[in-house]
Amino acid sequence: MKIERGDIELAGVCKSFDGVSNVVDGVNLKIADGAYCCFIGPSGCGKTTILRMIAGHEDPTAGEIVIGGHNVVGLPPVQRRTAMMFQSYALFPHLTVRDNIAFALRVRGMAKADRLRAADAMIEKVRLTPFADRLPAQLSGGQQQRVALARAAITEPRVLLLDEPLSALDEQLRVQMRQELRRMQRDLGITFIHVTHTQLEAIALADLVVVMDNGRIKQAGPAREVYAQPHDRYVAEFMGGQNVLSGRVEKVNGASFMLGQAAPGAIEVPLRARSSLGIGDKIDIAIRRDDVALVRPGGALPTGCSTSLPSRVLAIEYQGYFVKVMLDTVPDDEFVAYVPEKTFFADPLNVGDVVVATWPTELARPLA
Amino acid sequence: MSTAVVEAPETIEPAVSKAIAPSRGQRPWTFYVLAGLFTLYVLALYGPMICIYILSFQDIRGGLVFPMKGHSLHWFVDLFTQARTGDVKGSFDRSIKLALIVTVITVVVSFLAGLGFRRRFVGDNAVFTMMIGSLVAPGLVLGLGTGLLFQALGLNAAWYTSALGAQLSWTLPFGVLVMFAVMSRFNHAWEEAAYDLGASRWQTIRLVMIPVLAPGLVAVALFGFTLSYDEFARSLQTAGSLNTLPLEIWSMTLNVTSPSLYALGTVTTIVSFVVIAVGLGTIVLIQKRRGGGSAHG
Repeated sequence: MKIERGDIELAGVCKSFDGVSNVVDGVNLKIADGAYCCFIGPSGCGKTTILRMIAGHEDPTAGEIVIGGHNVVGLPPVQRRTAMMFQSYALFPHLTVRDNIAFALRVRGMAKADRLRAADAMIEKVRLTPFADRLPAQLSGGQQQRVALARAAITEPRVLLLDEPLSALDEQLRVQMRQELRRMQRDLGITFIHVTHTQLEAIALADLVVVMDNGRIKQAGPAREVYAQPHDRYVAEFMGGQNVLSGRVEKVNGASFMLGQAAPGAIEVPLRARSSLGIGDKIDIAIRRDDVALVRPGGALPTGCSTSLPSRVLAIEYQGYFVKVMLDTVPDDEFVAYVPEKTFFADPLNVGDVVVATWPTELARPLA
Repeated sequence: MSTAVVEAPETIEPAVSKAIAPSRGQRPWTFYVLAGLFTLYVLALYGPMICIYILSFQDIRGGLVFPMKGHSLHWFVDLFTQARTGDVKGSFDRSIKLALIVTVITVVVSFLAGLGFRRRFVGDNAVFTMMIGSLVAPGLVLGLGTGLLFQALGLNAAWYTSALGAQLSWTLPFGVLVMFAVMSRFNHAWEEAAYDLGASRWQTIRLVMIPVLAPGLVAVALFGFTLSYDEFARSLQTAGSLNTLPLEIWSMTLNVTSPSLYALGTVTTIVSFVVIAVGLGTIVLIQKRRGGGSAHG
C-alpha cells in the first residue's frame, strides 16, 4: 500500500478519552488533495484531537480516517504520508538546524553525506542557510518555525498537519509567517491542515474553513461562505463581523417575514430558503456589521432599507479604515456598526447621540 | 528687533522618579543577619574538615591535635607505604569499583523508572511509596537486616553482593527522585516529533531522550557515585571480611594514632571533589554545547 494523494475523508470519527464523553463526536468531512484547510474553534472543541488522529498520534474510538483512498487508522505517521508541525515546534534542543531537519532521513538509515545534502537543500528552500549550524535555542521564533516546517517537509508528506503554528509568534511576525505558510503550501502542492483559534488566520489562509464546537462541526466551507453566510448564531458570533438578533416571527408575507423583538420596531427579513416558519417561532437573524448604516433621527432612510431601530451610541472606536460604533439597539446582544472612515467623519457622532440603525432589507439573513 | 518671548515650560517635570531609579542604597539589615548566619553555617560545615586537612600536612613529629608540628607530605607517603596503617589501597580499590557498579546500576534503573513513570500505571503509588520507604529506613538497621538475611540464606556477605544491594537501597530512590525532576522538564512533544518523523522507540531513546536528558543522567551518576563512595551505615554489616574505604577509615580511627589517618581523609576528600568536579563539568559542557539560551533576534 502506498499513499499517493493527500485527500482526506473523515467518516463518523469519534474520540473519547474517558469512555464517557466524546471529545470528538461523529465528525464527517472531506478535504480535497492540495487544499489548505483550517480547523477553528475555542480551546477544548476537539480540533487538536482531530488533527492528532489524522496524524496518527491518537486512535479514533470509532470511525474511519481515509487518506488518499486508504483507511489509515492504526498506521504510524510515516506510512500515512503525514507530517506534523507541533505547537511549540518541538525542535530537538541538542541538534543543530541541519541535524534537526535531517533527523527523519537519519532514522531511515540514509547515509550521512546524502542526508546532509538533502537537508541543506531544504534549508535553502526555507532560507535558513546562514543558520544551519545553530541550535534551536539560538534562533528567533520565526526561524524556529521555518526549521519545524522544513523538518516536517523533508519526509515528503502528502499531508502536513499544523497545530496552532503561529500562536508562539508576535503579531507582526504572525502576519508574515502566515504568508510564508501559504507560499510553502503552494510550492509543495500538498494538503495543509491547520488548527487555530484565530478567525482572521483561518479566513486569510484557508480554502476550507471548518468551525467546530464541542466535538462537532458547526459549519465547513470556503472562507467567504463561512464568514458571510454563517449557518447559525454560534458560527456568526465566533467568526465575528455579524450582528445577531433574536426574536419571534410576527408575520410571514410572501418572500419575507417580520421579526418582532424587545426593541421597538419590527424587522423585515427575507425568507430565503427558510420555508417552514410559523407565527411565533423563535429565530435568530444576522446582519453584517459593515452593512449597517446610521442615520440621524428625522433623516431619510437609504433606499432599500425598511427597518429602523433607534439607538444610542455607547462607544466609538477608531479602527483606521473604518470606525466601530457600538449601539444599545438590542437589550441583550451586542449591536455594532462598522462605518467607513470617510462616511463617519463627514458627520461625526459622539457617545450618547441618538441615531437610527438601518440596513438594506435583502441583506439580513435568518439563521438556523 | 524681534521681541519674541520664549516662555519656559514650567509644567514639565524632570523625568527622574524614585520609583524608576534603581536602588543603589544600603542593603537592608536582614542581609547582614543572613550573611552572618551563612558564614557560621559554612564554618560549622567545613571547619572540622579543614582542621583535618591542615593537620595531615605535619612532619614526622606530628600528633593528632593542634598545634601544627612542622609541615611536610610525610604522612601521605606513610599512608601508602606502611602496612600498619591498614589496607588502604585495597579498600580504596574496592570502594571505587563498588561505587562504579552502583553508579551504572543506579543510572540505568533510574532512567528506566523515569520512562516508566511518565504514565500512570496500576500500583504506581505503591511502588513510589516503597521506594521512599527504603530511603527513610535507618541505614544501620537496613544493613543489619541485609547481613542477617544473607546469613540465614547461607550466603557469604561480600562488598560486591550484600553491600552492593544495601547501597542500592539507598542510591536507587535518590536516583529515581532526581530522574523525576529531570523528566518533568522533558517535553513529550519531542518524543512525538521523533515518532512522527519515523523513529522507532529505540531510535527515539537513543537519538532524542538520552542526549536531551544527558545532564540529568550525569547528575544521577554523580549522586550514585558519591552516595556509594562514602556510604557507611548500610555497608557496616554487609561488606563481609573485606572493608570498603569508609569502613577502613573507621577501623583506623580505633587503632591508628598518627596523622596518616588525616592524610587519608585529605586524599579521599580530594577524590570526592574530583568526581564532583568532573560530573558538574560534564553537565556544564553539555549545556554550553547546546548554547544554553543565548537567543538571537
